[in-house]
Amino acid sequence: MSTLTATAEKPRSTPARPVYRVTGRRVLASEWAKLWSLRSTWITLGLGLLFLVAFGLIAASRYKSGIDSGNLDSDFADSTTVSLSLFGTNFAQLALGVLGVLVTAGEYSTGMIRSTLAAVPRRLPVLWSKAAVFGLVALAVGTLGAFVTFLIGSGIVSGTPADMSFSHAGVLRSLLGAGLYLGLVGVIGAALGALLRSVAGGISVLVATFMLIPGLISLLPSSWQNDISPYLPSNAGEGMFALTHDSTTLSPGAGLLVFLCWTVLALGGAAYRLVRSDV
Amino acid sequence: MIDARQLTKKYGEKTAVDGLDFVVKPGTVTGFLGPNGAGKSTTMRMIVGLDAPTSGSVTVNGHHYARHQAPLQEVGALLEAKSIHPGRSAYNHLKALALTHGIPGSRVDEVIGLAGLGSVAKKRAGAFSLGMGQRLGIAAALLGDPQTVMLDEPVNGLDPEGVLWIRNLLKELADEGRTVFVSSHLMSEMALVADHLIVVGRGRLLADTTVADLIREAGGDTVKVTTQDPARLRDVLAGPGVDVTGRIGSEELQVTGLTAREIGLKAAEHGIALFELSARTVSLEEAFMDLTRDAVEYHGTTTGIENIEAAGRPA
Repeated sequence: MSTLTATAEKPRSTPARPVYRVTGRRVLASEWAKLWSLRSTWITLGLGLLFLVAFGLIAASRYKSGIDSGNLDSDFADSTTVSLSLFGTNFAQLALGVLGVLVTAGEYSTGMIRSTLAAVPRRLPVLWSKAAVFGLVALAVGTLGAFVTFLIGSGIVSGTPADMSFSHAGVLRSLLGAGLYLGLVGVIGAALGALLRSVAGGISVLVATFMLIPGLISLLPSSWQNDISPYLPSNAGEGMFALTHDSTTLSPGAGLLVFLCWTVLALGGAAYRLVRSDV
Repeated sequence: MIDARQLTKKYGEKTAVDGLDFVVKPGTVTGFLGPNGAGKSTTMRMIVGLDAPTSGSVTVNGHHYARHQAPLQEVGALLEAKSIHPGRSAYNHLKALALTHGIPGSRVDEVIGLAGLGSVAKKRAGAFSLGMGQRLGIAAALLGDPQTVMLDEPVNGLDPEGVLWIRNLLKELADEGRTVFVSSHLMSEMALVADHLIVVGRGRLLADTTVADLIREAGGDTVKVTTQDPARLRDVLAGPGVDVTGRIGSEELQVTGLTAREIGLKAAEHGIALFELSARTVSLEEAFMDLTRDAVEYHGTTTGIENIEAAGRPA
């Protein structure tokens, strides 16, 4: 048993016993290590990046070929390099949001959460760390993807009416906004996973929130639509990175504010459940 | 040191743990026994704060588990075997837990060696056998060099070599002055390692005793004697600390306080003929079954069928 510990035979109070302590920074380091030690993280992040870049470039190529052949799809009529480049955001948000759900709900479905919370029984630092670590990673991937797509995309559509460069007003803000949006989608995914404690449930609510509800809202009377629609998470988020805004969309600042509110709401629900419920 | 006071856990109508009072002391191995569904695992989850008690409290080394600065250094717990992510390697699993406390990497390597996981540490834990999973859980429990080690059914799924390893490990941990609290449904295993026993049934404390006392109270160490002249043998055997019982008109007597050898010698001395003389030792299993069967009947909340079921459950 000498390998178990060199200090065990001595009384507890001897200074030789190592002094361990749980700190916020250490929980962060632990969550960082946990994230990268799973293959699913690499695969899903790769998919998210691929969706963002590939769909953006496909959109840019279709626009370019439409212009060249003279029969441009009407959907593409008002396109800019920014809107074409960010075409893949919808798909990337699904991958990043799902990974966010997996980061938290995956611990419940596997039983890992018992080990996690036995190590950090105060619990909340785990949620904040998971949200921070994954939010930053999703932000980095989203921002990287947006800029790469824009760089390549602007090459594809150069010489067309959609052509734009970084120096164009609002381009940088849009690209950074898209990255920030994807980062916050990751945080919302993680919050939903912690709130529902189920991978399937978390993904369902995520998909409903970002993909189904915006469509269903069109069933409401149009006067209601205009009041509600801009404040939905997906539409408020779109306001963050859209280059142009009209009366039915929120400005980038307002969009960010509304989207942050949704994020805080989801995190608050997750924190409440984490503290209150047995695992 | 684990101190439970009126610890109670209710899930809706069902009371899983019902006013448990017990203290687990350092320096010994304390067995936590009870039939399935007796509330053992729930109690252990409450000790490490995974479940919140409905009422009452449980502290570890004087504080609630969550109040400790380094919880893994206070209590190392093996709960349900697979409290791991199957996609993560054993090494990365332990490393992630170590990082929360600032436990150095050298200690991670140490517990991997201790648990005999060296050759599989880099493999995905999902591919582990039940026994390997148990070893990983025990490695995680020892990671923080904890003062209290709490293991829920640690020998589950282990091969004979693993069982022996656990047995020695538990004894060594207790000899080092640690508090060792082990649940099991294998009475024979408990008899080999535990000094002290806490027995629960239906969430209630049935006994807080030592292994020897439990067996004695359950009527262990009786000797069955069949004789031609029971009345005379009674008189011959009578003495301080000796208890002789038997039905009137029957040739059979139950004697406690004397060995079979002593009874045989005394009978021969007085010329009493014996037909049968056998020591009846009560196993821990039997003692335990008696104890839990009584508890079930005492509560009287169930139908006869359930009583039979509860009594017939594998100990």
